[in-house]
Amino acid sequence: MSADVGDLLRRLAPQVLGTLVRRHGQFDACEDAVQEALLAASVQWPAQGMPAAPVGWLVTVAGRRLTDQWRSDNARRQRELASVGQEVADTDLTKHVDDTLRLLFLCCHPKLSAPSQVALTLRAVGGLTTAQIAHAFLVPEATMAQRISRAKQTIKGAGFPDGPERLPVVLHVLYLIFNEGYTATSGPDLQRVELTTEAIRLTREVHRLLPDDGEVAGLLALMLLTHARRATRGTADGALVPLADQDRTRWDRAAIDEGVAMITHTLAVAPLGPYQVQAAIAAVHDEAETTEDTDWPQVLMLYKVLDRLAPNPMATLNRAIATAMVHGPQAGLDLIAELDADKRVAGHYRLDAVRAHLLDLAGKHEEAREYYRNAARRTVSLPEREYLLRKTSG
Amino acid sequence: MKYLLIMQVNPTVLDALTDEERNAVGDGHGEFMKNIQESGEFILTQALADPSNTKVVRGTGAIPAVTDGPFLEAKEFMGGFYLIDCESEERAVELAKLIPDTKFKGLAIEIRPVMFSAGADL
Repeated sequence: MSADVGDLLRRLAPQVLGTLVRRHGQFDACEDAVQEALLAASVQWPAQGMPAAPVGWLVTVAGRRLTDQWRSDNARRQRELASVGQEVADTDLTKHVDDTLRLLFLCCHPKLSAPSQVALTLRAVGGLTTAQIAHAFLVPEATMAQRISRAKQTIKGAGFPDGPERLPVVLHVLYLIFNEGYTATSGPDLQRVELTTEAIRLTREVHRLLPDDGEVAGLLALMLLTHARRATRGTADGALVPLADQDRTRWDRAAIDEGVAMITHTLAVAPLGPYQVQAAIAAVHDEAETTEDTDWPQVLMLYKVLDRLAPNPMATLNRAIATAMVHGPQAGLDLIAELDADKRVAGHYRLDAVRAHLLDLAGKHEEAREYYRNAARRTVSLPEREYLLRKTSG
Repeated sequence: MKYLLIMQVNPTVLDALTDEERNAVGDGHGEFMKNIQESGEFILTQALADPSNTKVVRGTGAIPAVTDGPFLEAKEFMGGFYLIDCESEERAVELAKLIPDTKFKGLAIEIRPVMFSAGADL
């Protein structure tokens, strides 16, 4: 199969699956039917040429497989589904497009835990194999297979949600997928699926379907602007390089340009939301040539907005860093002191790590070392621990 | 997030269990394993042999010293473990509570997060 046909099929598969699930339910059976249709296409299209309406072709073929299967399964069902072949013949492209979104909503059903939403989305919408997903999350294939199968069972008969109220959950799931890929610094592992690229691809798709939604565009811009720094955020042996020390000449200019253009346009036309603000912060960092050149007053202003839109102690922590860059380290430390009383973050290693960083800036190196040591003890990330331990000896 | 659920076993407590209780523990583990397998959270489990089978290789600064047996002073030892992958620490605690050992005074499950090779932006 040529790479082009393979890419195309992977892109079309969720639309086809979404359409079938909407019409017939039965996630498992529809998935099998779609797999068979894709296989048929991968053989026939390169040899006989592309059909005029590829989605319609796939829906028809997969629909026939379903009907065949049900016919052999159950005569009663056969009567119910006799019209399937004709129904799918009138292919309405806008309906298919909506079906991708519906499928995404279904995969992000609130009855599912976040890991299950992520797994099902990658499987059904992303078209990754169970083995690929298992590998990406470093769990055995049997564990992932069971997680996906349980997830399908849970949403069986759940029906498709109509409203866009589930969009925030979808965006959160895409964000989780991106972060999982982005924070992994296990080096060049050719086997590991690029979860960041996959998250960007899926978010792009949602953006294409909902071009006017500010938060979708904001999330996509945030991903692009973060992904732009991927080459410089770790060393070859997996050690973390903080933003201030990254070689900015190696940042991905094209991704930055696209992200900046997208967030600039979105901020001008859409109602404000947290993803947009985070993207705007990322854009300010990406456009600065050095840490010192960074427009810190603007970063600070944006963090204040973020804290107001979506109050969260982690955002307050980041605001403390920006505060320190604008008003001096003590002002940042004062802000952090307020967080000590916040149960959600008290004792969290990030609190100690940021405090240590600000103490360092204030020239209180001995005290800083103490907090770096505490943070190193509490993090569960190996590269972070290495980084924090280096700071205690520095 | 991956967690190791460590079964902290106290031999005095184990010896005091009735046959019925012992069977209930065994059945409970079977049921627990079935549960976490079906939910897609199970990775691995092992039961460890009695500590009387233990050997210790201890650094001395020169040639390591090899000795038999567990630390005599230890009242509890690691009897086995489950390695799980679940959504959050809250979920890990919820799962640990389903392990039958937690029904008996003197037995405990220790929940230890597994370090991972990733990190957030600093």
